[in-house]
Amino acid sequence: MSSPIENVSRRSFLRGGVLAAGAFVLGVRFYPNLLSAGTLPRDTHADLAVFHPGAFVGINPDGTVWIVAHRSEMGTTIRTSLPLVVADELDADWKRVKIEQAIGDKRYGDQNTDGSHSVRSFYDVMRVAGATARFMLIEAAAQQWSVPSAECETELHTVVHRSTNQRAGYGELASSAAKLPVPAKEQLKLKPKSAWRYMGKGARSYDLEALVTGKAIYGMDARVEGMVYASVERPPVIGGKVKSYDDKDALKITGVRQTIPIDPFQPPPAFQPLGGIAVIADNTWAAFQGRKKLHISWDNGANETYDSGAYKNELRETSHKPCKVVRNIGDADAAFAKGGEVHEADYYVPLLAHATMEPLVALAEFKDGKVTAWAPTQNPQAAQDIIAKELGIAKEDVICHVTLLGGGFGRKSKPDYVAEAAVLSKKVGRPVKVVWTREDDIQFDYYNAVASMYMKAALGPDGKPTAWLQRSVFPPITSTFDVNAVYGDPAHLAQGWTDVPYDLANLRIENGPAKAHVRIGWLRSVANIYHGFAVQCFTDELAIAAGRDRVDYLLDLIGEPRTIDFTGVDYPNYGASLQTYPWETGRLRQVTEMVAEKSGWGKRQHSKGSGVGIAVHRSFLTYVATVVEVEVDDQGEVRIPRVDTVLDAGLVVNPEATRAQFEGAAVFGASIVRSGEITATRGAINQSNFQDYPVARIGDAPLQTNVYIVDSDAPPAGVGEPGVPPFVAAFCNAVFAATGKRVRDLPFTSLGFS
Amino acid sequence: MIQLKVNGADRSFGGTPELPLLWYLRDVLGLTGSKFGCGIGLCGACTVHINGQASRSCVTAMSDAAGKEITTVEGLEKNGLHPVQKAWIEINVPQCGYCQVGQIMQAVALLNANKKPTDQEIADAMAGNICRCGTYQRIRAAIKAAAGEMA
Repeated sequence: MSSPIENVSRRSFLRGGVLAAGAFVLGVRFYPNLLSAGTLPRDTHADLAVFHPGAFVGINPDGTVWIVAHRSEMGTTIRTSLPLVVADELDADWKRVKIEQAIGDKRYGDQNTDGSHSVRSFYDVMRVAGATARFMLIEAAAQQWSVPSAECETELHTVVHRSTNQRAGYGELASSAAKLPVPAKEQLKLKPKSAWRYMGKGARSYDLEALVTGKAIYGMDARVEGMVYASVERPPVIGGKVKSYDDKDALKITGVRQTIPIDPFQPPPAFQPLGGIAVIADNTWAAFQGRKKLHISWDNGANETYDSGAYKNELRETSHKPCKVVRNIGDADAAFAKGGEVHEADYYVPLLAHATMEPLVALAEFKDGKVTAWAPTQNPQAAQDIIAKELGIAKEDVICHVTLLGGGFGRKSKPDYVAEAAVLSKKVGRPVKVVWTREDDIQFDYYNAVASMYMKAALGPDGKPTAWLQRSVFPPITSTFDVNAVYGDPAHLAQGWTDVPYDLANLRIENGPAKAHVRIGWLRSVANIYHGFAVQCFTDELAIAAGRDRVDYLLDLIGEPRTIDFTGVDYPNYGASLQTYPWETGRLRQVTEMVAEKSGWGKRQHSKGSGVGIAVHRSFLTYVATVVEVEVDDQGEVRIPRVDTVLDAGLVVNPEATRAQFEGAAVFGASIVRSGEITATRGAINQSNFQDYPVARIGDAPLQTNVYIVDSDAPPAGVGEPGVPPFVAAFCNAVFAATGKRVRDLPFTSLGFS
Repeated sequence: MIQLKVNGADRSFGGTPELPLLWYLRDVLGLTGSKFGCGIGLCGACTVHINGQASRSCVTAMSDAAGKEITTVEGLEKNGLHPVQKAWIEINVPQCGYCQVGQIMQAVALLNANKKPTDQEIADAMAGNICRCGTYQRIRAAIKAAAGEMA
């Protein structure tokens, strides 16, 4: 659950006296210079409203309801969906709601918008926030009318007492409600599902019109008076350092003001700036041009030995030897010794880059020992932390405003780029906007781990596995924070590896060591990408070897509906309790059966060169089954005419946004299968822009993705990421069905497909 | 001095003629609707109209924009929303939205030239515009909806 929320009820004073400077207002092209008052302003419109019973809600006498969005908006519609929960419990008129974006502030609880858990972690918090305000408005009306509050109810922004036919709008009641004590959570009565106005029906993005008119403000668009622009030449190999540099030619470029060295980081890298030489200029272009004219001599350091081709072979060799056992059932070795038809396969997924459409960018102003930053960040509190650490100031002296994000996918949870802006602003003495080029974005990412998976199974006479062994080897994300980390940590092994849901008598799951030579980080679906790919494609191989229908075979392996027993397994379950969010194979069966039906599995004819594939996967507590149809021509060009995907994410607050996430996940998965590959030579990344790190374009994407949401009363789970893993595997399984070629190494260009 | 028209207004520019139009629009004029995505004309986020043609402003030098009429999203429609923008709202296309202005400018140019594009014509015309969130099927639907409106 979330961290405690500071109760700021009825706080009527202003800190610093600058009106609502903490608010991020769309359409404002220049932010005011916020430090002029000497104190960092943190108040939101909600805080400053006449009635503000908590951190998330404020109501003014004109009836305007301010709701604070504390999670970052990168395209999931979360900035709308969580406020929608507040508005529902408040019984507010959505048209009279204004949403404002929170700064990084621990009073809101966790703000790292990552891991597909915003709704899961804050659904209750938002309901309570709305219900608290509603409770107090009802109390205020009841006192005004001298009637029992139990006889009052609400009706869209209005409190009503039916027997006396009295009504009062929320705005009218704001002042008197503000004088009442804030009720304890136990006093609140949450709305029954039948009375929900918005939840389960959903709403479009609050920002929709701003998004199509160019008025939406992303990090790239943030400006303050007096700011300068920076572009940084970073060490091409992680851990490298500047030996010497010559900036004479750079300084000759019109608009270039100066160059500034940034210190190399002290390992582990975590969220520290990578170091290098920054060019400071009057506009973005001049900074880019000046940078091209720098002459730098590098000390590349220890990672210069890294070559991704050799590294792939090392991972594979490690996976062919006994590794650390992370889950075991029965005795797989003994079962293998008894014979049967043995199948083995190696699967491989390379490093993957995020490539958000908005390259990394951040604006920061250091003044009087304090920092104000504006950034498209998924994690403003982590930005506060790293800025404070880099500059040796207190976290409380750092304000981090969150702009809209032009994509995130996990990259913008790591605020190294925000820290760069703050470090440079201190050195320049002005607000500095650091703009990463696309090349920077591709070459200095926190990559999704490269992974090799060894799979082995013995099939009995009925075609079912009598023994199953799987080993994965990948440099772990923990290596970014701990130089000695080489094994997968339980949280990432839990992503589709230790939780293989099959009902098998003999199952052994292992993980081997790998040392990282680049920064490894989270990317949409994370370890589920490579784990799901290996498990679900290997299952497909076995089904075909057994001569079985692939859906029937999957259902056989999943077995009867049951709750998976993780006794003796370190299984963090995405940070959720196994009591509230058990691993239920019945729900996986249900989505599998539903997708077979919806896609017309087994009923449709497929011509030569076309075929369908299926894959199922649970990630971020959501159960998904996906069927992909492909057409492959004689040249190996692959098209995706249709995708059907069924998800059970428990309660879904915003179905429209959820469908969009699964449509997008299919395209994200298509990029991974078609062309996702980062390689390195002598420690430096070989790719640089969309010509050598292509992502799916309109013709590469599925023509039609049909998304079906299981109607469920289970607690809410995640929707941003879970669509990717089953799509990747189902796509590859479809390619096999169409061509007879088994994709085991991604991207599938290795087999000549495009 | 380079003379050009931006959204109907006459402008003069005395700076470096190699400056890409994108940075003139964004950093000099403060018109930030057109986005920086790749800097080499591969993603389409910076798409504007130059004399009515969809063009990548990140690879158009100011010297090449001289004497031309530039339309950005800010000048696309004087009153309210363009039918393509309305269709984008109707179909609920955007996710993060960063690429969508470029997509819209490209789609407007397509529909100005071809009132009723087929799926293949849409795919061909929109192939230069990347959406990493993956809103392509909605983009296709919105272009078809707008084609109906504009016909």
